[in-house]
Amino acid sequence: MEILVCVKRVPDTAENEFELNSEGNDLDRDDLVYSVNEWDNYAVEEAIQIVDNLGGSITVVTVGDDEAEEVLRREMAMGANNGVLLSDDAFEGSDGRGIAAILKAEVEKGNYDLILTGAQADEGAGQVGGMLAAMLDYPYASLVNKIEPADGKIKVGREIEGGNQEMNEIELPCVLSIQTGINEPRYVGIRGIRKVAGVEIPVKGAGDLGVDAGSVGEAGAKTKRVDYFVPDLGDGAEMLEGSTDEIIEKLIEKLKAKGGL
Amino acid sequence: MSMIIAPADYLLFGFFPTVIFSFLLPVIGVGLFTYIIARRIAPLVRANPDYRFDNIPERIKNLIVVWLGQVRQPRYMLAGVLHIIIFAGFLILSIRSTSLVIIGMSDGFVLPGLDGRLGTVYNVMKDYAATAVLVACIIAAYRRGIKKPARYAVPEKYGHDHTAEAVFVLGIIATLMISESMFEASAVAYNYQTLGNAHFPAIFSLAWIFAKILGFASLESLQGLHIIMYYVHDVTFFFFLCFLPLGKHFHVITSIFNVFFMRVKKGNIKPVKYGVSDEELDDLESFGVKKLEDFTWKHMLDFYSCADCGRCSDQCPANAAGRPLSPRFITIKARDLIFKNYPIKSGVIYKSDKLLVADIYTEDEIWSCTTCGACEQECPLGIEYIDKMVDLRRGMVDEGMVPQSLQKPLKALEKRGNPYGKMEKKRADWAKEKTFAETHTVKDLGKDVADTLYFVDSITSYDDNMQEIARRTSIILEKAGVDFGVLGKGEKDSGNEVLRFGEEMLYQELKARNTEAILESGVKRIVTADPHALNALKKDYTGLPPVKHISEIVAEKINSGVLTMKPCKNRDKVYVYHDPCYLGRHNSIYESPRQAMDAIAGLTRVELEKSRDRSFCCGGGGLMLFYEPEEETRMGVIRVNMAAEAGANVIVTACPFCLVNIQDAIKVAGKEDEMEALDFTQLIEEHLI
Amino acid sequence: MTQIFAYVPFKNGVADDVALEFPDAAKKIDAGASLTAVVTGTGADLDNVADALTKTYSEVIKIDNDALAYPNAEIVRKALTHVIPADAIVLVPHDTFGMDLAPGLSIKLDSAYAADVVDFEGMDGATLKLIRQELGGAVFTHVTCDTAAGAVITIRPGAFAPADEGASGVVVDKSGDAGDLSAQRTFLEVVEAEVGDVDITKSDVLVSIGRGIEDEDNIEVAQELADAMGAVVACSRPIVDAKWLEKSRQVGTSGQTVKPKVYMAMGISGSFQHMGGIKGNPFIVAVNKNPKAPIFQVADVGIVEDILDFMPELQEAIEDL
Repeated sequence: MEILVCVKRVPDTAENEFELNSEGNDLDRDDLVYSVNEWDNYAVEEAIQIVDNLGGSITVVTVGDDEAEEVLRREMAMGANNGVLLSDDAFEGSDGRGIAAILKAEVEKGNYDLILTGAQADEGAGQVGGMLAAMLDYPYASLVNKIEPADGKIKVGREIEGGNQEMNEIELPCVLSIQTGINEPRYVGIRGIRKVAGVEIPVKGAGDLGVDAGSVGEAGAKTKRVDYFVPDLGDGAEMLEGSTDEIIEKLIEKLKAKGGL
Repeated sequence: MSMIIAPADYLLFGFFPTVIFSFLLPVIGVGLFTYIIARRIAPLVRANPDYRFDNIPERIKNLIVVWLGQVRQPRYMLAGVLHIIIFAGFLILSIRSTSLVIIGMSDGFVLPGLDGRLGTVYNVMKDYAATAVLVACIIAAYRRGIKKPARYAVPEKYGHDHTAEAVFVLGIIATLMISESMFEASAVAYNYQTLGNAHFPAIFSLAWIFAKILGFASLESLQGLHIIMYYVHDVTFFFFLCFLPLGKHFHVITSIFNVFFMRVKKGNIKPVKYGVSDEELDDLESFGVKKLEDFTWKHMLDFYSCADCGRCSDQCPANAAGRPLSPRFITIKARDLIFKNYPIKSGVIYKSDKLLVADIYTEDEIWSCTTCGACEQECPLGIEYIDKMVDLRRGMVDEGMVPQSLQKPLKALEKRGNPYGKMEKKRADWAKEKTFAETHTVKDLGKDVADTLYFVDSITSYDDNMQEIARRTSIILEKAGVDFGVLGKGEKDSGNEVLRFGEEMLYQELKARNTEAILESGVKRIVTADPHALNALKKDYTGLPPVKHISEIVAEKINSGVLTMKPCKNRDKVYVYHDPCYLGRHNSIYESPRQAMDAIAGLTRVELEKSRDRSFCCGGGGLMLFYEPEEETRMGVIRVNMAAEAGANVIVTACPFCLVNIQDAIKVAGKEDEMEALDFTQLIEEHLI
Repeated sequence: MTQIFAYVPFKNGVADDVALEFPDAAKKIDAGASLTAVVTGTGADLDNVADALTKTYSEVIKIDNDALAYPNAEIVRKALTHVIPADAIVLVPHDTFGMDLAPGLSIKLDSAYAADVVDFEGMDGATLKLIRQELGGAVFTHVTCDTAAGAVITIRPGAFAPADEGASGVVVDKSGDAGDLSAQRTFLEVVEAEVGDVDITKSDVLVSIGRGIEDEDNIEVAQELADAMGAVVACSRPIVDAKWLEKSRQVGTSGQTVKPKVYMAMGISGSFQHMGGIKGNPFIVAVNKNPKAPIFQVADVGIVEDILDFMPELQEAIEDL
């Protein structure tokens, strides 16, 4: 099975305490560290396990700048066979739809049976997989937590509310967005990354892909982030005092406001 | 009337010279033994290199103290004493047995040097030795076969019980002792009857008793007994020789080598591959131990040498806590695999295609080890475990087999230099705490200069509850007149556990960055309050200024009068000091913290039964805090209960990880009202004038 | 005039709670906009939901087709593209179904897309200003969305105020417009979660207990409070170590990472390791008898009380609401 996994380099949510810059409109990027989007690791691990069982190869692709290459290497150290970096000044500022359009062009250059994405990334939108599938007219399933390949089709489980699992049968080729917990991604250390440090990773721009520069990037984006902000939360807890009844009364008011009741 | 006919001259049924057996038996025995040993050496030849020819004086000392002196044996008193008797008896009787083999060919043979007075002395010694060994064997067999101490039990998951083999061997030894004594006694009795006088064996020895019993036996039966006992001894001797390499009694042969080659340094970790420098690591195809032959030859020798005495597992805190690890079976399972893959019978070599961690070990088993070193400290044969654990982990890390709970902190260490993923710039934020900052400033060696570096390490830098240790340490250093500073954001995790969890390259990176920052700071000394940092900087890093633990500084400064202690503030409390593994066993710092505590007048201090080099691990530090082992009880809880038994209500330790684990354990054990845990620095700082 | 369509999911003939939240969201987008609910399905369940929705919406479009018996996102998408005008704003809940449906729908309608919106700040011409969160809720962002050619927007369930049921709308049956509803994806079955297997990572409200619970028998007290709040009981490590609760309930670096909206830390001291498992900036209520417990540093609201006394009283008060 030929598998394409779309990955993204994101600020590391597990490790960063996010702070805003002095103007308060962007993240303080000086102290950020970046890594592969957590969900994408599960997607790559799943791809590796499928290929281990059925044969085939895995290509990882990302849209980003030069620095995004590091996440491709990490996924290749994990076991992906090839990496492709889609990079062009014209891609900068793309919204989800723009990213999907760029990826679509790359998908059409290959001959993939299965395209995987993470269920979501740093922006928490969970949009690219579904958009890409719709653009390609491929079937799609989101939040996939189980994959059982069968001939020409696959059976996929989706994580739905209440911890239940929705089972579907999907024709290939298809796009699936992978939920965490589907597997246990293997560890990649510095050593693994160094081993693939010399592997050539092709870089493709708008021209190589045949993407109209005006339809992607800032120019083509219909949805744009204006700024970041953190609502004022204050220091330490607000201590509720008084008799127990008074405290409970105040607490219930707050719980109501915060959706706790 | 004549003397008894010796085996060298005896004619069986009046025509067949038994001397033929005397020649045949050694030839067959030695030939077979040589073949078996060659087979046993086969895997060692294929194993990884191991440099064990350094520190020769130290190795000779180990040979004298640990092997010949059996110094570790009496740590288990009864078993130890029995072993010393059998061991000493074997050493003495090995000369006699060798002579006997030749006596069978040429009667009257005496080893050179043993013909005179020395020979007489030796004969007395060996008579008593044989007697003592037989008595020891009977007691040992009773212990092993009937009393069955729990230590020897083999849980079902680890394979079959070894009692039968143990008792069988005791039987063989007894047979050797009895046959040798009977051989001699029959001659004495015969000669006494025929010549009227004979040189009697040492009084009350086994041979003496037999000679007395046989005193009135017929000459015919004495002659027959003499010949039969000789060949019983000869056959048993060579059978035993060839039987030894087939099981746990191989140690009788290998122990001398194993002890000579045993670990001479403490606290350090073997390189990924001997002969490959840190810079060349990138060129290695594979890391760590994945297959049997990836072990070093010394580690294979360890497998051969295990006598299955169970002391390692008896001391192992992981085993005590019900984790899926018993060091004894790390060895025995590997030995069984060697025996299976290198069979004696066929001469074929089999290769397992599975990884060791899938074949004979489990991943959890290998992750369960806290590297506390209790097993190695105990092993009378110098068998090593920590390096094997690390090598197996290196193999797992290389294969990507790392539990998810450990992947997070490892990634954070890679990105941020601490396992919590906290920002580098907040590393010295502990010094900004309001009350502390009002009266104290800590130099940042990124900007300032000082003589001494206080290496804080991650947990003390970032864990809210442990930051107090950093502040107390700073105040102690200040009062001790030490000109010190910290590296602040230039400091990375020491990597003590990163190395020990098998993530070699990440450790190399941390080491390189710390080394650079430390050397750049120009300090002359390093001090730390974290024994794991102490160990890493002292034992794993190279080229750094001398490193000391805060307890050493405190003890020194009390002795020199620079620091003076107030009388104890809590005289109704009973304090106990818990030895952190990386301070005690791995760095032999046992006395300094105790001296410092004892300098507080009126402080009541008791000792734990398991203390100093037998200290019981709190549960493990560094990355072990992130690993979720299966266990029945937490190690910390076991330790807290030990402290309660010792009558203590304040557990003082000198390691932030011990403090975390013991504090948690006190809660889990439900002992918050009767017990508290305290860091050494806190106790000292509170009592400083 | 802005046309807003709200896709309302339902289960067993009852509309999801979010149905009541769409009107508030629509009002915040454009107070003058028209709002139409859309429901897809089949049979009596669909009819019941459509009828019920007329109390909230002036117009309810229903699409009845056997192929829509189970909400297969691909089929629903096909039906919607035939019924909803391309330049309309379509609201979809940001839940497991919405995530399956909405991104593809935006492509098929050739519309702009915005996901998991927590608030709107009105229209500026055709540009809609909205607020979302990024990085697991660590930061908020202001976002503009060009709705000139329509937009598909998923809203976070619970983020908007529920409407009163005061309308008396009409149901419009557009089943005939649905077009070809064949699909490349076939729904097979729903595998129910094992009974007793509680997933604390999925719950919006957690009543999390620590050492302050003191005894295994007291867990019931926490469970009763959780039941009253519609919450799930979680815990810190000591509780799991004591084997009072299963490992799957543990919050922390070595346990589960949870992202609830409200986190009730009951008798939890708030260790570093424990707090590391709480993400998404929830509203944290800490109750602890120790006024110096570190949890009070990170909590939003702190109460110094013994949880064993406090929890039953809180439970009673909630049940009396």
